[in-house]
Parts: sequence; structure tokens; C-alpha cells
Amino acid sequence: MAKPDEIRRIERIAWELRADVVKMIGVGKVGHLGGSCSLAEIVAALYFEKMRFDPNALKDPCRDRFLLSKGHCVLIQYAALVELGVIPREEMGKVKTLAGNLQGHPDLMTPGMEAVTGSLGQGLSIGVGMALALRLAKSPSRVYVIMGDGELAEGQLWEAAMAASRYGLDSLTGIVDRNRIQATGPTREIFDIPCIAEKWRAFGWNVLSANGHDVGAVLDALDEAAAKKGTPTVIVADTIKGKGISFAENLVAFHNAALTQEQYDQALVEIEEAGRRLQ
Amino acid sequence: MTPPNQRSAYGASLVKLGKMDGRVVALEADLGKSTQSAMFQAEFPERYFQMGIAEQNMASTAAGFALAGMIPFMHSFAVFAAGRDYDQLRNSICVPNLPVRICGSSAGLSDFGDGKTHQGIEDAALMRALPNMTVLCPADSIEVEKMMDCLLDWKGPVYIRINRNDLPFVYPPGEPYSIGKVTMLRDGSHAAIFASGIMVSKALEAAEALAAEGISARVLDVGTLKPLDRDAIIRHAGGVDAIVTAEEHSVIGGLGSAVVEALRGVAHAPVEFVGVPDRFGISAENYGVLLAHFRLTSEAVSETVRTLLRGKRK
Repeated sequence: MAKPDEIRRIERIAWELRADVVKMIGVGKVGHLGGSCSLAEIVAALYFEKMRFDPNALKDPCRDRFLLSKGHCVLIQYAALVELGVIPREEMGKVKTLAGNLQGHPDLMTPGMEAVTGSLGQGLSIGVGMALALRLAKSPSRVYVIMGDGELAEGQLWEAAMAASRYGLDSLTGIVDRNRIQATGPTREIFDIPCIAEKWRAFGWNVLSANGHDVGAVLDALDEAAAKKGTPTVIVADTIKGKGISFAENLVAFHNAALTQEQYDQALVEIEEAGRRLQ
Repeated sequence: MTPPNQRSAYGASLVKLGKMDGRVVALEADLGKSTQSAMFQAEFPERYFQMGIAEQNMASTAAGFALAGMIPFMHSFAVFAAGRDYDQLRNSICVPNLPVRICGSSAGLSDFGDGKTHQGIEDAALMRALPNMTVLCPADSIEVEKMMDCLLDWKGPVYIRINRNDLPFVYPPGEPYSIGKVTMLRDGSHAAIFASGIMVSKALEAAEALAAEGISARVLDVGTLKPLDRDAIIRHAGGVDAIVTAEEHSVIGGLGSAVVEALRGVAHAPVEFVGVPDRFGISAENYGVLLAHFRLTSEAVSETVRTLLRGKRK
């Protein structure tokens, strides 16, 4: 069980990451706000608590690997890497510009990134390859792959799911960010994928579920996944798209949206207040 | 002793690389007996990964291996290795410029019986269009071995076309070789024939036939379609009255296109292509009749040279 002070620390970091996501999107430029905010607690729990990750040893072969298969939400990963000092803070202002090296989707141009993802459906396969290679090298590294629930329509993910269980890759943890909204509407209307947990189970995976904004539950699920031997584990995390920004929560419109000055200011105020409540 | 079959030479070379370097792993999509990755499996079962009939997952998995420091060789028929997982090759492998080696086996029309769906006649075009990708099309088994010998150290992703059937030898064993060079196999002054793959031996036969008529043709093996040695193409295309390209591939996007791209902006003799016209393959009873059906023959090459030279002399 995660300790209360540990939970509190990760919660605070998650709100800081959300604030950085809003700052990177800025005013009048589109950015993937909704799906980045739904991931804040999960990303904070991984980078700041569970993952073996030394910001000063990015090439350490024994590091754990973080792969964002839903690569369009890379802003939340940039926020974590900025907080860890891997990406200089001033780079945030140059995101998605020719002047910077923070691409619109994960790219090896950026320090701390592990793969090129964003063409949806490919991250879990890359994770399978890494986990197989790390096992050959007898490395203790774990591999974490974050997928979207809309992304589960990609057939390649299920090919990878079969391969991971065929090879018994217990060092691999998948996390489904189930925020129930995809680019053009609710997943239930766009392309409903019923019985997600049952599907993963049928593909040979150990399946856990958690509220993706409950840091204690996320940390416990990650521990349980790491303890499971013989099969890979997927955590189906229920989340809220745009979590923490009242006018953006659960709205398709903020999948990839521009903020007005008023919205930008309000978002930062709300995030700051939420963070302060945790002090 | 090098076997005349490129697949056998490929499999043996892969085993050799596996012995030299523990980073070599092989991934297969249930065609290992065909691609001869099975030879690697027999030698290194712990470094052989059967990925099932799931080429897209295989390609991105290979990317994961490379990102963890390995040198993965992935296998399927050319039509699937280049086509079924194009987006995975593009985004998982080529964007990050990873050292994944893609074996496109039974390339071209060499899987003669299986027909259109299994005959990869546009794979080189697809692969050539990808930034960072190296594209190889060996003329014989010895060139397969020479290319494979370069693949432990070669930077970035490599696509290699492997023919299914026994082929005549073009290269003597043991000569120095490097990827990225154009090799002149026969000199001549009237015509230049740029060829790749199985058409290299046919170009040499054509040159022999033309010589008997007093036409002197030089034959160039362009085993590396990309990166193309543009200076060599321009140099070898100079001083002749006819330029012919010959390839077991669509006339769109393959060797012919590459040679004309190389010659752009440079005054040169007229160029004509010998290749698969812009249509799909077809099932045939044997390789020879299928090649003849598509006019991928030494006679077609020599006749194309004659036609260009006749035009020149009018």
C-alpha cells in the first residue's frame, strides 16, 4: 500500500505537470490538452515514484522504459522531463517550433525520449521488442506502455498483446488511459470497444483496474503489476479527459484545442488552487 | 562454397553474423523455411523470435529490439515486408533511423506460382521513398554474402531484396565490396546497361550477344538502389549512345527511376527501361516463363539497346 505522504507528493507533482501542459499550449495555438491532463497522475506516479529513471543517466541500460503509444499527448511527458531537469525549462516555450526540439509527437530528437510513437498502435509492439531484448540481456528493467482507449481500435495493439503473452513478458506493463473520448467524439459513439478488460484477459494478460486520478490506487496497481510473474499486466485506468480544468473536462472540443486568454488564465488558476488544496 | 540460391546464402550469412555478434537477433512471421531464417533458428534458438503472421507487430518489435541495442533482422516475403507494415517501417524504424534489417524474401516475380498477391514488384519503390532507408538488390548469392558482411556496422535501416530461385553467379568470390558502390562488370563504349538483381546476369548475356554484332555495351550492377552512387551513374552513363536499365521490378520507382533521377540536369544519351510494366504479376508454371511473359530476358535487354542505337543513328 502506498504511503499517504508519498501519495501527497505525487498528487502535487501531477498538478504541476498539468500547469506546464497548459503553459506549453499557451494562447491561440492548438495542443492536446484533454488527453495530456487525463494522464497527469499516471505519468507522475511512474516518473517520480515507480520507474528506475536517473535524469543524469539517460542511457543507463538498467533504466525502466516509458513509451507513450498515444504519442499525441507527449506534452505531459515533456512536463515530467522538464520537472526532472532532463529538458531545459526554456524549451517549453519552443514546443512544436523549428527553434526547439520538442516535436509534436515523441521523437529521439528530444532528450529522455525512448522511441518514436504517435502513429497510433505501435507503442506496445516497441515495448515488446524492448522487453524481449532486455530479458536477453538479463536486465531488471521494466517497460511501461501507455495507450489510449480510442487507440485500442488499432489492430496492431492486439497483435502485440498476443506476442507479449506468447513470450510471457512480465516486465511489460500496459496502461490504458480510459478517458472515453477520442478525437471526434465519445469512444462509445465513434467506435465502441466493449469488454476491454475481458479482451485483455482473453489475450492472456493479467488485468487490473484503477481510478487513474487516485494516486494511491495507481501506485498500488503498478506494484501489483511488477509483482506478477509469467504474464504481462495491463492496468485499465479510468480517467477524465481534461481533468482539472472545469471547462474542458469530458469535452471532445478540448482533445486538441486552442485556449483563449481567458481560458488560459482560468485553467492556470484552477490548477493552482487544486495544487494548493493539497498543501 | 556459396550456394546458387540467394535464400540459402542469406540464411548462412545470417548465422555467420550471429556467431560474430551477440546483438544479432532474428524475427520471423511464419515463413522461416522460405526465408531461411530457420537456419538462424537452428543455431541460435534463444535469439530467434517467431512473431506469428503479424508483420506490423514484427516491424515495431524489431524497432524495440534496436532501441535496446540489438541488431534485428526481420523476415517476410518482399510484398509483405515492405507493404503490409509500411507505416511501422516508416514511423517505428526509419524516423528514429534504427539499425533494423528487413529481409524482403521471394522478391520480384520469383515466387512465380503464387501470383499477384505474393509477387513484390513495387517494394523497392516504397522503400526508396523512405528517408534513412538503405535499399539493396543483390545480383547473385555472392553479392548477398558481401552485402550481409557489411550489415553489422551499416548505419540505419536496410531493406534487402532476396530472390527465391537459383541464380547464375555474376561475382567471383573474395573480391572487395562495399554497399553504396556501382560495380562495372563489363566495359563497353556504345551502350551502358544499368541492372540490378536477376537482370544483371541477363544484361551480361545481352552484352555478349551484342558484342557478336559489333555493339560494345558496358554492364553496371547497381546493387545499392539507395543511397545511389550518383557520381558513378553519371560517369558510367557518359560517352555512350544508349542507356538501358534492367530490373525485376515495376518501371515506376525502382532502378530505372533512380538512374533517371541521378542523370537529371546532366546531358545524357536516351534512356529506356526494361522492367515490369505498371501492372501486377500473375501465376506461372515456372520462373523462366514468367520472366519471359514480362520480357525480363537478355533478348529484351539487347533488343532495347539496338532500338535506342538505331534511333540515334537516324
